[in-house]
Amino acid sequence: MPHSPRVYFFGTCLIDLIFPQAGLAAMRLLRREGLEVIYPQGQTCCGQPAYNSGYEAAARDVARRQLDTFPEDYPILVPSASCAGMLKVQYPKLFAGTPDEERARRLAGRVHELTDYLARVLDWRHPDLGPPLKVALHHSCSARREMGVAGAAAELLARLANLEVVEPDHAQECCGFGGTFAVKQPEISAAMAADKAAAILATGARVLVGQDCGCLLNLGGTLAHRHPQAGVGQSWQGADPGARGVAPAARGAANHDGSGRVTRQPAPLAQGPVVKHIAELLWERTHAP
Amino acid sequence: MPPEFAVRVGQALDNERLRRNLRRTMDGLVAKRRQAFPDIHELAVLRRRGKLIRAQALANLPDLLLELEANCERNGIRVHWAETVAEGNAIVLDLLRRQGARRVIKGKSMVSEEMGLNHHLEAQGIQAVETDLGEFILQLAGERPSHIIAPAIHKDRREIAALFAAHFPEYPYTEDIEGLTAIARRIMREHFGQAIAGLSGVNFAIAETGTLCLVENEGNGRLCTTAPDLHIAVCGIEKVIARLDQLPPLLTLLTRSATGQPITTYVNLISGPRRAGERDGPREVHLILLDNGRSRMHRDRQLRATLRCIRCGACMNHCPVYTRLGGHAYGTVYPGPIGSVLEPQLQGLERQGELAEASSLCGACGEVCPVRIPLPGLLRRLRAEGAGEGEDAGVPGRGSRRKAPQRLIWTLWRLTHAHPALYRLATHLATRLRWLVPTGLGPWARTRAAPVIAPRSLHELARAEGFAHE
Repeated sequence: MPHSPRVYFFGTCLIDLIFPQAGLAAMRLLRREGLEVIYPQGQTCCGQPAYNSGYEAAARDVARRQLDTFPEDYPILVPSASCAGMLKVQYPKLFAGTPDEERARRLAGRVHELTDYLARVLDWRHPDLGPPLKVALHHSCSARREMGVAGAAAELLARLANLEVVEPDHAQECCGFGGTFAVKQPEISAAMAADKAAAILATGARVLVGQDCGCLLNLGGTLAHRHPQAGVGQSWQGADPGARGVAPAARGAANHDGSGRVTRQPAPLAQGPVVKHIAELLWERTHAP
Repeated sequence: MPPEFAVRVGQALDNERLRRNLRRTMDGLVAKRRQAFPDIHELAVLRRRGKLIRAQALANLPDLLLELEANCERNGIRVHWAETVAEGNAIVLDLLRRQGARRVIKGKSMVSEEMGLNHHLEAQGIQAVETDLGEFILQLAGERPSHIIAPAIHKDRREIAALFAAHFPEYPYTEDIEGLTAIARRIMREHFGQAIAGLSGVNFAIAETGTLCLVENEGNGRLCTTAPDLHIAVCGIEKVIARLDQLPPLLTLLTRSATGQPITTYVNLISGPRRAGERDGPREVHLILLDNGRSRMHRDRQLRATLRCIRCGACMNHCPVYTRLGGHAYGTVYPGPIGSVLEPQLQGLERQGELAEASSLCGACGEVCPVRIPLPGLLRRLRAEGAGEGEDAGVPGRGSRRKAPQRLIWTLWRLTHAHPALYRLATHLATRLRWLVPTGLGPWARTRAAPVIAPRSLHELARAEGFAHE
């Protein structure tokens, strides 16, 4: 019997520590499509934080470790357009003129952003088992510009029959995250995030999804700060109208790590949206528990 | 000494009127540009062509400048070389003094702003009169341009009406745009009739024909360059292009990217002073070619792209940072993304390096640039220069932003992230002690709920669910 096609999964450091349920949902989605998903335990971070701060030597050291960690000729799937852009677009520049240039180029050629791979390579299609739901879609700037894959997320959501998908006003504008930018220029970043949060609230959507957890960390945090009573922020912090087949009373206690542990008391659902990675929404609405 | 960048940012963000004016006008300019390029394939082809024309010109810059000089001189345009702004100002002053001019009427010129020309002339007893409507308004207000194309874009008409009422009490108060423009026009006409010296910038200098191209919408540029006996044009050395047939694609890229216009109301092609038998036009035309650090930028293969800029302003119109701050907060002549790339190179990283950090690297600027300047990549490069890393391009103040706290952070980050075993240990501890990890510190949490570290990392969850690890 032939082996299942193998793919690598690069989980990203942000998902590893803050949004692991997003990574897990993405890997389950891929496994269900018949892929053997390999999660190398040696992976850490793509190196983007240091790279974008000008600390190229530190970025190169960390990036070189990723070159070591994904040696085989399998596709590398990344649930973040920003990290995918670092691996695919920036690695060849970062390693230009170094002994690792060729390795970096080969790795770059194997990198795919998750939603792009799901929509256009795997032609992901599953019946929508969830209730009718209004979802706001936020595209990261990396998805829109550096990777040019923004259309894929919209395509995937359009394949779920019970979703109404809306885009916030000034959808093409950055949410203000920008990695270290949010720390180095907090006032400008906060002003951008506030405008974006207001535009998202104005859509009346119950759930906000995106393909990059950096944006979601920024927007979820901003929404939660402005509307602490609303079920917003990281998705486990609030009631979850996106999950399928869960009684309303039980939704709020949705566990977020797949281990069955309840980590937070349910928050009352007010008008703010629940913020989650698109992979979580796709998985929740298409699998029978 | 102007206040620190952070202070100016705070003031701009707190100014609701400014925020409203900027959002409205930037949205308008973005929409106009979009309508001006209905065919994305045409736009893609044009941008590639524009980039090539500018990149080729820069590749042959020394030769083209000599060709420009020779052909200008043949046309009767006297060419002067200024390595620094001080040299440029001295040449202008000398020309005006020889003419006996006590006043010079000016068309819009960012290079003259770069030179601080008005200030310099006024200190020498010569009045510089701005005749571009936006610049005219700012001169009344005692302000500098906040945008390279629309310098008074931060002001709404009520502010302008109040300004006019204070300076020209002889005219009846009006908030009507046509009424305000009519007042400015009457005042300017006096100057146009009397001036013996005019000064302008240059949009493109064409080497093969020795022609200076100047675009504008108000006719003031044509008057400044034709009515007085003396016309002085100030021009950065990067503005040269090789041939006349390269002008149309650049012009259409410039005007459509800037204001959404298919072409400006006036396109001036200046090929010399009044010829024998002609009844009007200046008797002398002088071209001052300013370097001011451009040769240094030109030497670096990557930073050279900065010099491709045709000053359309599209990068600032589309920039989410500029849209919230306006140009004054930058504290520089050139604001927005191109300013954040240009000014650290002109003034040094010590003084202006922070501008390169005032970007989320969202890429909107690079996406719209008509000559495809990779602005996000250049911002990143200047951050590396500030940290003293990467190839040394001789940018002044290289390494000046490499501070001990950041170095410590990146050293620790490198240690944990370049050693997977250490990384797994650190993340294991962080997840187990997650309520003790201070995620809510720093400016991040002033406007955002603190993130919560998960109880299990994805590394662990993947193992627990049986995903292969190699």
